[in-house]
Amino acid sequence: MLTFNTLVGVCFLYVVLLFLVAFVADKRARRSKVRFLTSPMIYTLSLSVYCTAWTFYGAVGYAARSGLEFVTIYLGPTLVMIGWWWFLRKLVRVGRSQRVTSIADLVSSRYGKSNLLGVLVTLIAVVGTTPYIALQLQSVTLSFAVFARDRSAGWAVPDLEQTAFWVAGGLALFTILFGTRNLDVNERHHGVVTAIAVEAVVKLVALLAVGIFVVWGVGGGPQGIASAMDQVIKAAPEGAWALQGGRWVGLTFLSAAAFLTLPRMFQVLVVENVNERQLAMASWAFPLYLFLMSLFVIPIAVVGLSLMPAGENPDLFVLTLPLYFGRDGLAMLSFLGGFSSATSMVIVASIALATMVSNHIIMPIWLSTRPGGASEYGDVRQILLTARRLSIGGILALGYLYYSISGGGSALAAIGLISFAGVAQVLPAMAGGLFWRGASRGGAVAGLITGFAIWAYTLFLPSFGDAGAMSASMLAHGPWGIEALRPQALFGVDGLDPVVHALFWSLILNCAVFILISLMSFPSPLERLQAAQFVNVLDHSGPARGRSFSAATAEDLLVMAQQIMGADQAQAWFQAQAELQGKQGYLPDTTPDFIGRLERELSGLVGTATAHAMIAQILGGATVSVDDLLAVADETQQMLEQTTQLETKQRELTLTARQLSEVNEKLTQLSIQKDAFLSQISHELRTPMTSIRAFSEILRDGGADDPQAAARHASIIHDESVRLTRLLDDLLDLSVLENGQVQLNPRREVVREVLDRAIAATSSVIDHENMHIHRNRSDEGIALYTDTDRLAQVFINLISNAAKYCDAKEKRLAIRVRQRGGRLQVDFVDNGGGVPLESQSMIFEKFSRLSDHLAAGGAGLGLAICREIMDKLGGEITYLPGQSGAAFRVTLPVGNPSTFARGAEAGVNHL
Amino acid sequence: MRSPREPLFLARQSYRRRRIEDAARLLPLFGVIAFLLPLMVGGEIGPIRLAYVFSAWFVLILSSMLLARHLGRGVGQDEHSTNSISTVDTDAADDAGGLR
Repeated sequence: MLTFNTLVGVCFLYVVLLFLVAFVADKRARRSKVRFLTSPMIYTLSLSVYCTAWTFYGAVGYAARSGLEFVTIYLGPTLVMIGWWWFLRKLVRVGRSQRVTSIADLVSSRYGKSNLLGVLVTLIAVVGTTPYIALQLQSVTLSFAVFARDRSAGWAVPDLEQTAFWVAGGLALFTILFGTRNLDVNERHHGVVTAIAVEAVVKLVALLAVGIFVVWGVGGGPQGIASAMDQVIKAAPEGAWALQGGRWVGLTFLSAAAFLTLPRMFQVLVVENVNERQLAMASWAFPLYLFLMSLFVIPIAVVGLSLMPAGENPDLFVLTLPLYFGRDGLAMLSFLGGFSSATSMVIVASIALATMVSNHIIMPIWLSTRPGGASEYGDVRQILLTARRLSIGGILALGYLYYSISGGGSALAAIGLISFAGVAQVLPAMAGGLFWRGASRGGAVAGLITGFAIWAYTLFLPSFGDAGAMSASMLAHGPWGIEALRPQALFGVDGLDPVVHALFWSLILNCAVFILISLMSFPSPLERLQAAQFVNVLDHSGPARGRSFSAATAEDLLVMAQQIMGADQAQAWFQAQAELQGKQGYLPDTTPDFIGRLERELSGLVGTATAHAMIAQILGGATVSVDDLLAVADETQQMLEQTTQLETKQRELTLTARQLSEVNEKLTQLSIQKDAFLSQISHELRTPMTSIRAFSEILRDGGADDPQAAARHASIIHDESVRLTRLLDDLLDLSVLENGQVQLNPRREVVREVLDRAIAATSSVIDHENMHIHRNRSDEGIALYTDTDRLAQVFINLISNAAKYCDAKEKRLAIRVRQRGGRLQVDFVDNGGGVPLESQSMIFEKFSRLSDHLAAGGAGLGLAICREIMDKLGGEITYLPGQSGAAFRVTLPVGNPSTFARGAEAGVNHL
Repeated sequence: MRSPREPLFLARQSYRRRRIEDAARLLPLFGVIAFLLPLMVGGEIGPIRLAYVFSAWFVLILSSMLLARHLGRGVGQDEHSTNSISTVDTDAADDAGGLR
C-alpha cells in the first residue's frame, strides 16, 4: 500500500537521483568530456521543458472539456521546429555569434545594446512567468493532495501551503546549486540540461505508461476507446467537441509564438545550443516527442470521463485513473512524471529569469551606484553569482507568494495561455530584429509597451475576475461606461474568445506601433551595425563554427589568409607554421602564439585593426565593436590615400621608363647605323683605292715600258680616282643634307624646263644605254617655286638609274607629270623588271644596292640623297608598286614663296 | 570528344542540397495547411478527424526527419569542434561576457 512516507521517500530518492545526474554531468563538462552532453538527443530532450505540469496534467483536463483543441498547444511548436531552416536556424546562429544569454539580451543586443529594452523584456518575462511558476507549485501540491484524499484513512492530510513551500524551497536549492555553479560565458548549464533530459524521459514514460494502461488495460483497445468517445461526445455539452476556427488557429499561433519567446524555451533552445546538428535532429525528434506526449491524451480523457465518478477533476485523470484501479506503482510513476514536468519547468525558468534579472536589472543598478571606474569593481564574478542566486530565490519566492495569494483556485489553471500571450509580445521585436534591418530601438520599445499594456488590460487583469483589479461593471461596460473600451471586447469586437481577442489586439497593435515607429525613427550607428550582423548572420558565417580553438578554426583562418595573402603564400606560411609545431600538413594548432604571428602577418597586409577584427571574428565569434570598425575605416582611408599616391608615382615612373627605353633604342639603332655606315664607307673607299694602288705600283715598277699598257693603267687609275671623288662628293652631299646645313635657293620655274635640264645632263648615259624617254610635254607646264637645281638632281638620279638598271631589251622610260590638289606628282616608270617586293623598303637606305653593279659606278647613295633632298623640299619620293616596271613617284608641293620659307625654316629648326 | 558515358557536370550535390533546403522551408507551410483542413469540416470531432490530425502530424514528423538527415550533413562539420569546448577554458574569460 502506498503510504505518504513512501511517496515522500520516492520523491526524495528521485530528487537525489537528479542531483547526482546533474553533478556527474557538471563534472564531466568541467573535464571537457562534453561529447555526450552536447549530443542532439540531450538537446532534444531538454526542449521538453515546454511540457510543464500544466500540459502533463492539464492536457487531459483540456481534452475532457473541449476535445481536440488541446493539441494546438503542441502543433504550434511542431510547426516552429519543422520550419527550423528559416527561423530557428537564424535565431540559434545569432544566439551563438552574439553570445546571447537570454531573450532580453537578444532583444537589447539587436537594438543597439539598449538596456531599456533589456529591462522591458525582463519585466514582461517576470510578469508572464511568475504565475506560471505558481501553477507548477499548485500542480505538485494538488497531486500530493490526490494521494492524501485517496489515502486519508492512512495518513494525515498534509498542509497544501506547506507542501508548496517545501517544493519551492527544494527547487530553489537545486537551481542555485546547479544553475549558478559557475559563470560560463556561454551561459550553458550542462548539469541542469542533463537533469532536464532525464526528467523528459520520466514524464514521457509516465504518460505513455498511463496511456497504454488506460487503452489496453481498462479501455478495451482502440475500438473501445472509439465507442467510448462517441458516448462522451453525445454526453458533452453542445459544441464542446466542435472545432472553433478562431481558437484553433489563434492557439496554434500563440503556442508557436510562445515556444520562441518563453524565457525557459529560449534558454534551452538558443542559449544551451552548441551546434546546428542538435537543431537538425530536434527539428523532427522534438515534434515526435510532442506527438507521443499527446497521443494518449484523448483516450485518457475519454476513459476518465466515462469511467470515473462525476465531479472528478479531469485535470488529474492521469493520476486518479491508476489510483482508481488500484495501480499504485503506475500512479507513483505518473506522480513522478508530473513532478518532473513541474520541477524542470521551474528550474529552467528560474535560471533564465535570474540571468535576465541579474544582467539587466541588478547589475546595472549595482554598477551605477558604485563610485569610481572599472578598476574598483572588485570581483564582479562573485557579485554576479550572488545576484543570480538572489534572483533565483526571489523568483521562486514570487511564485510561491502568487500561489498562496491567489489561493490555488481555478483562476490559476487558466494562467497558462495568459502567460503565453504575455511573453508572445516579444515576438514582433524579436522576429523583426532578425529579418528586418529597419527595425529600430524606438519601435521595439513602443511596440513592447503597447502590446504588454493591451495584454494586461484585456487578458491579464480580467483573469483575476471580479475580486481582482477590475470590477464586474468595468468588465461589462468598460471604464467610465465607455463601451468601446470594454476589456474583453475592445473597439466593439466581441465575437472572439477572450484569449484570441487579447492576442489579436495586443499583437496587431504591437506590430503596428513597432513598424510605424521603426519606419519613422533613425537608428544609431551601433544599432545599424547590430542590425546588419543579426539580419545577415547566415550570409557570412557559413556552417556554424565552433567557438573553441580547433582544426575547424585553423581551416577557417587558412581560408581567410588565402584571401588576403594569396593562396600559395598562405599555404606555404601555414605549412611552415605547422612544421614549427612539429605537425604535418597545412593546419597548425591555433595556439595563441600562432594566432599572434598570423595577426601580425596579416596586419602587414590589411592593417592592425582589420586583422584583429577578422581573426577575432573567426576565433571567438567575438563581435566587432564600433571602435574597431572606426579604426578599420580610418586605416582603410589612410591606406587608400597611400595607394593612390603610389599609383600616381608608379604611373609617372612607368612613363619615364618607357621614354628612356625609347631613347635608348634610338641611340642603339643610331650606333648600329653609324657602325654600318662606317664599314660601308671604308669598304666603298677601299675598293677603288686598292686598284689605284695596284696599278700605280705596276707603273712604278717598270710597267710603263709599254706605253700602251701604261696609258691603259693610268686611265684605270684616273677612272677610280673619279669614282672616289664622286663617292666623296656624294657623301659630303648626304652629310650636308642630313645635317640640315644645306642652303636652298628657291626660284620660280616650270617643270618642263627642269625635266629638260635633267634629260640633257643625262643624255650621255641615255644614248649609251639606248633608252627612249616618253613625255607628254603639254602636261608639264606647271610652275613651281622651289630649289629647282636640287629637284633636277633628283630627276637626274632617277633617269640615270632607269638607264643603268633597266633590264629590258628596248629600254623605255615614261615620265608623267600631273597636279593633285596643290601637289605636283612626277612618275618615272620604266619597262624593266622592277624592284622585288622585299627590297622596296630598302632601296632608299644608304649603300643599298639590289645587285652588285659596281661597274655602274654607283655607291648606292643616289636614292638616299634623293630622299633627303625631297625631304628638304617638303615633298617625298616613294617607290610605286604595281606598275609595268620600276616606278618612282616624286611628290612635292607646287608651293609659293611663303610656304617655302616656312618649310625651309622648319628644316633649319629641325637642327 | 566527350565519352558518352561521362555524365554532364551539373554540381548535382549542391543543386540537390538547395532543393532540399527549399523543401525544408516549404514544409511548415504544408503543415499549416494540413492542420487547417480539419476546420473545413463542420460538426463535432469524431474519431476520423482525430485520426487525421494525428496521422498528418506523424507524416510531417517523418518528412522533417528525412529532410533533417540531408540538411544535418552540411551542418555536422563542426562536430569535432564541440569536443574541445571546455567550460574551464571559457570560465576564465572576461566578466563582461556574463554582464551583457
